[in-house]
Amino acid sequence: MSSFLTSRNVADVLNGITNGVIYSLVALSLVLVWRSTRILNFAQGAMAMIATYVGFAALAPSTNYWVSMAVAIVAGLVIGGLTERVIVRGLYGKPEINPVVAMVGFLLVLESVAAAIWSTSSRGLPTPFSMVDWQLNHKPVAMSPFALYEIVTALVVMIVIAALFQYTKLGLRLRAAAIAPEVSRLLGVRVGRMLTLGWMLSSAVGAVTAVLVASNYFTGLTPTAMDGVFAFGFIAAAIGGLDSPVGALLSGISLGIILQFVGDYLNSNAIILVALGMLIVSLMVRPNGVFTRSAQRRV
Amino acid sequence: MIRVEGLSVAYGAVQALRDVSFSAETGAITAVLGANGAGKTTLLRTISGLVTPRSGTVSLDATTLTGERPEDIVRRGVGHVPEGRGVIAEFTVEENLRLGAMISKVTLRDALSQQYEWFPVLGERRKQAAATLSGGERQMLAMARALIAQPSVLLLDEPSLGLAPLVTAQLMHTVSDLCTSSGLTVILVEQNAKSALRIAKRAVVLYLGRVVADDVAAAVAEDDQLRQYYLGMVK
Repeated sequence: MSSFLTSRNVADVLNGITNGVIYSLVALSLVLVWRSTRILNFAQGAMAMIATYVGFAALAPSTNYWVSMAVAIVAGLVIGGLTERVIVRGLYGKPEINPVVAMVGFLLVLESVAAAIWSTSSRGLPTPFSMVDWQLNHKPVAMSPFALYEIVTALVVMIVIAALFQYTKLGLRLRAAAIAPEVSRLLGVRVGRMLTLGWMLSSAVGAVTAVLVASNYFTGLTPTAMDGVFAFGFIAAAIGGLDSPVGALLSGISLGIILQFVGDYLNSNAIILVALGMLIVSLMVRPNGVFTRSAQRRV
Repeated sequence: MIRVEGLSVAYGAVQALRDVSFSAETGAITAVLGANGAGKTTLLRTISGLVTPRSGTVSLDATTLTGERPEDIVRRGVGHVPEGRGVIAEFTVEENLRLGAMISKVTLRDALSQQYEWFPVLGERRKQAAATLSGGERQMLAMARALIAQPSVLLLDEPSLGLAPLVTAQLMHTVSDLCTSSGLTVILVEQNAKSALRIAKRAVVLYLGRVVADDVAAAVAEDDQLRQYYLGMVK
């Protein structure tokens, strides 16, 4: 048993899951916004990065990790709400290219602003748990307390979001506003408010993701810290289906595991090529995503 | 009473409604009839706030509705069952009803059991996705979802569209019963003039956005000229 747990393949799977849940969280935050507003938020990673800077560098530099995490989440909520109200609200109903250009532009603005305020040098964040792998019979298991914390946090976030959407009145309104905005208005749902709330939730999920990424001392916090993670999260969302939260979860974890094997058995330089290849094949075979049902469209 | 006065609506250069005025009596069915493109659906969408008029007003008793948002107008007691029914296909029957019940003043349990009493088939299918319902069942769901908020006025847009004659007759019977039993005011938009005139107390006939007749339903039904030129009915 101990040799199995310390084997190379199991290590790849465990490391893949640890990376994959992060991709899943990025994908989930993209899905939350896409489902409600049909906009791909290319600035999502940068918005999350700014929220993390606010939590750990600007407002709460001397407080502990958990307080900073809470501040980052609140900052994420505020940034998401402001983005929807100030930038996105004017883009509804416009040609599809407009929000793409606007969000890419917003990404560049946020990264420039972060560099101007906090510099481009990497900032180490406190780590709440050890990143040293557990040992079994004096051999590493490829799972550290920090990695377990990442996995548990990601799962808790996903369960909370799923429960909110499935079992609460607010979730029912959010889903209705996303699927059938006009009918929802006729039933008394304040659709504009729901769209803002959707962006706030997405941005808060992004903030949690960015804190997890930046807490890893191999990464640290920089203005572009989320760019790579966002790319893989975007690929996971596109493969899973931009309409499918379950797809975001499963494709993120699958992508993490596959890429871990690619990096281990082939070459770490091949990781991005394989990821993009998977995206292209997926778009050719299942353009709406592996987990999206054809009926899941606006009514 | 719903009162529409001097309502004009345009989509760009296209004038959809021209100086439309009429009243819908409390506790009665007022049929709005006319051919395709007469402006019937635009009229209902303007009453419920989805379309902003160029001029004119809509009022419910002493309250002016014009200028208010649809989500506020429904809170004032104006329910709207849109053309094509508008049920949310991805939701279950009960989720559709729960959504409608969010502005209801009675408890969810009471509100649901009332609708299941009026439309027993919905109770049997409460856990089913709305996408799996037949056309008639979807229409019942759309009506139940509007009624569960306990409106004083119900706007019904082409409820018979795509339904078999027998199902249409059942629906019209249900609408008529609701008016009688609960004092509901109904504005019924229909292309099927015959079945609408059978249950309506008054009828308003639209032609190219103008009111060409506003009279008791029986009189409209007997007017050969109206029947022939505006309603496409052959005696």
